[in-house]
Amino acid sequence: MTALAVFGRGSRRSNRSIEGSPGAEIRLEHVSKRYPGTNSDAVSDLSLTIAAGELCVLVGPSGCGKTTTLRMINRLIGLDSGEIEIDGRSTRATTVTELRRGIGYVIQEGGLFPHMTVAGNIGTVPRLLGWSRSEVKSRVSELLELVGLDLTLAERYPAELSGGQKQRVGLARALAADPPLLLMDEPFNALDPVVREHLQDELLRLHRELAKTIVFVTHDVDEAIKMGNRIAILRQGGVLAQYDTPDSILARPANEFVQTFVGENRALRRLALRRLEEIELAKPTGAAKRLPEIAASASLREAVSRMIETKSEALTVVGENGETLGLVRLGDAMRMLG
Amino acid sequence: MTLAAISMHDFLDAFRFIGSNWNLLLDKAAQQLELAGAALGLAIVLVLPLGLVLGHLRRGSTLAIAASIAGRALPVLVLIAALLTVFGIGFVNNMIALAVLASGPILTNSYEGVARVEPRVVDAARASGMTGAGVLRQIELPLAIPLLATGVRIAAVTVVATAPIAAIAGGGGLGDIIVNQAGYGFDGVLGASLCAMALSLIAYGLLSALERAVTPVGLRRLAELEKGNRRQEAVSVTAIT
Amino acid sequence: MIVAAGAPAGPIVPNFGSGNRCVVENHTFCWSWVNAHWGDTLQPALSQHVELSAIAIGIGFVIAFTTGLLTYRRRWMSRPLEGFSALLYTIPSLALFQILVPFTGITTTTVEVALVAYTLVMLFPNIVAGLNSVPADALDVARAMGFTRRQTLLSVELPLALPTIVAGLRVAVVSTVSLATIAAFLLPKGLGYPIFLALKEPSPFRTEIYAAGALTVALALVADLLLVALRRFLVPWARRGAV
Repeated sequence: MTALAVFGRGSRRSNRSIEGSPGAEIRLEHVSKRYPGTNSDAVSDLSLTIAAGELCVLVGPSGCGKTTTLRMINRLIGLDSGEIEIDGRSTRATTVTELRRGIGYVIQEGGLFPHMTVAGNIGTVPRLLGWSRSEVKSRVSELLELVGLDLTLAERYPAELSGGQKQRVGLARALAADPPLLLMDEPFNALDPVVREHLQDELLRLHRELAKTIVFVTHDVDEAIKMGNRIAILRQGGVLAQYDTPDSILARPANEFVQTFVGENRALRRLALRRLEEIELAKPTGAAKRLPEIAASASLREAVSRMIETKSEALTVVGENGETLGLVRLGDAMRMLG
Repeated sequence: MTLAAISMHDFLDAFRFIGSNWNLLLDKAAQQLELAGAALGLAIVLVLPLGLVLGHLRRGSTLAIAASIAGRALPVLVLIAALLTVFGIGFVNNMIALAVLASGPILTNSYEGVARVEPRVVDAARASGMTGAGVLRQIELPLAIPLLATGVRIAAVTVVATAPIAAIAGGGGLGDIIVNQAGYGFDGVLGASLCAMALSLIAYGLLSALERAVTPVGLRRLAELEKGNRRQEAVSVTAIT
Repeated sequence: MIVAAGAPAGPIVPNFGSGNRCVVENHTFCWSWVNAHWGDTLQPALSQHVELSAIAIGIGFVIAFTTGLLTYRRRWMSRPLEGFSALLYTIPSLALFQILVPFTGITTTTVEVALVAYTLVMLFPNIVAGLNSVPADALDVARAMGFTRRQTLLSVELPLALPTIVAGLRVAVVSTVSLATIAAFLLPKGLGYPIFLALKEPSPFRTEIYAAGALTVALALVADLLLVALRRFLVPWARRGAV
């Protein structure tokens, strides 16, 4: 949190605390949209509340209106009917430009301006808001550090960066003016799996640190399950199929569509959502010494996998320094699923 | 008298001249087309194969692009005059000058036409055992025809439009009348100018139609789309597409 | 013969009574003649040529740029304009000059109108293409970040359109310098005039032709190089990386 700790000064970034501005609550009420010339709704009577600081994933097959919904939040697309409120204020209450300057927007490959350096790109919104040069400069360094990029990249041009680097710059740029809300439209789509996983973890880390509200669109249900605090599954025509935590969706799919969309092996995937360090472990017995070990940071699913591997119905859970924390048994795993 | 009135008067005279000197104008036009045709033919024979081969080998792209730029930078008047000092007055120097002018678009477009054939297609052809020459003849050449046709069209129209200048070096054509105000009066000059303009427009129309006809329907749509995308590079390299 | 109304004491084409051997025998190139007549023939022709070209390009660019800005978003407007431009370019320059004479007489204006027309024709498609070549992603993001229309245009679209526009300018500049030689058929101005006169002699004087010709080509090349330098200055991002 060093980067943010530096940032004490106030006036321009008025409600700035050490932790950064808090996330905003988003409320969609009966939102509908039909594109002219089509005969079905892109988004149909959608109502949704996203709590402040939550990471909400909009997921669904193509044509389900997830991107349309996202873009209605910052009015890139107009609503036909319904209301969208951010922290209680309608998105129509301010001018469009004012609204958008308070919302971060990230797309594939970052959508960077090719003609500006990395520093130039990141500083775009602050400059729009009238920050001084030195303020912009220090903010840029701060953000580069925050997203895990080397400071020497500041003077490079986007064409010289890799896909993953571009995406990080895009993220930094969206965060520059410290908006309470971040909109992300399939940002990791174009990256190869390794880089993608990295960035997903980075984003999760950032979300934990900054606690901003993030609305994240993806077509990949596994990404949704990994990233979201809550997932909104949309079906064709922008109809909400289920809106719930990943665990609940896996445990109790609301209907056949969700069931098919989410796919097979739901129980195992639920297990992957829990880590051993989060659950209650059984007391270690004398026999513990002879049981195979597993790190506390592993997921329940990895534990079950190891049990099968080692043909043992119980494992010893081991902490960071090698200390025994407890036991996990196959029965426990099954009970977890409740 | 208003400007419009003066102008109309001149143009009416010009049309009268055209009406009464139809045969003369047709003769001159034919002469001009002959010169243009010869120049174009020379350029095609010399430069087209070169462009195709270079494109196939995917070498010498700087040469191909430079050819277009040089064609633009070298004023035709200078070229005609310089060649006149070597070949003397008459048909040859003009033909060569115009051929040089025509070479630019032809070289560039024949090069690009072949070089831009999708590498995958070429690979597939090679992989099935075709020789280099075979690939050029059977795969690259047919696919290059749209761009080739464009290049020939540009070259042809350029040559037809530039030919009048050759009159100053004994090249004949409608230019003969245009530069000879003493002999034909201003109505003649204006009349011949209008005819030259018409001739160019007709050539443009015909060659565009020919270009379209020669492009297979399937490639036509693709070419349209690509023209849109390629415009930014194309305009600087191949004159007006 | 074109009557050059009120022609100044024009370039001196030596008659064979007065020159040194090189000139008299019409060798390939006589530096002595060039030195002797730089001031009265070549240099004025050069400055006239620069003037003619510069005015044409300046005006042409302004018109093309304004029109381009106004119409690039509306393809239904720019398409026909582009088509018209292409047609205009096919008109022989000699003919165009004469066609304009009834309207503007045998003046510099006539020449400029024609040259501006040709410049326009070359610049307009490029400017439209340049403005349309801006990546849609960048525009989308600019909008999403809260740029106003004007800010988007100034900070994103124009800078990104610059490479294409400069490319078009290079073509236009080189072509205009080249075309301006034809002005000599109408007026005793520009580097085409010495050549024009030289060709009228039964035995055209080589040095004059080559000298004027070389100057024209040099002028075109210098202008091109200047624009390349300008591009490097204005477009630093194209030098590095994949673009």
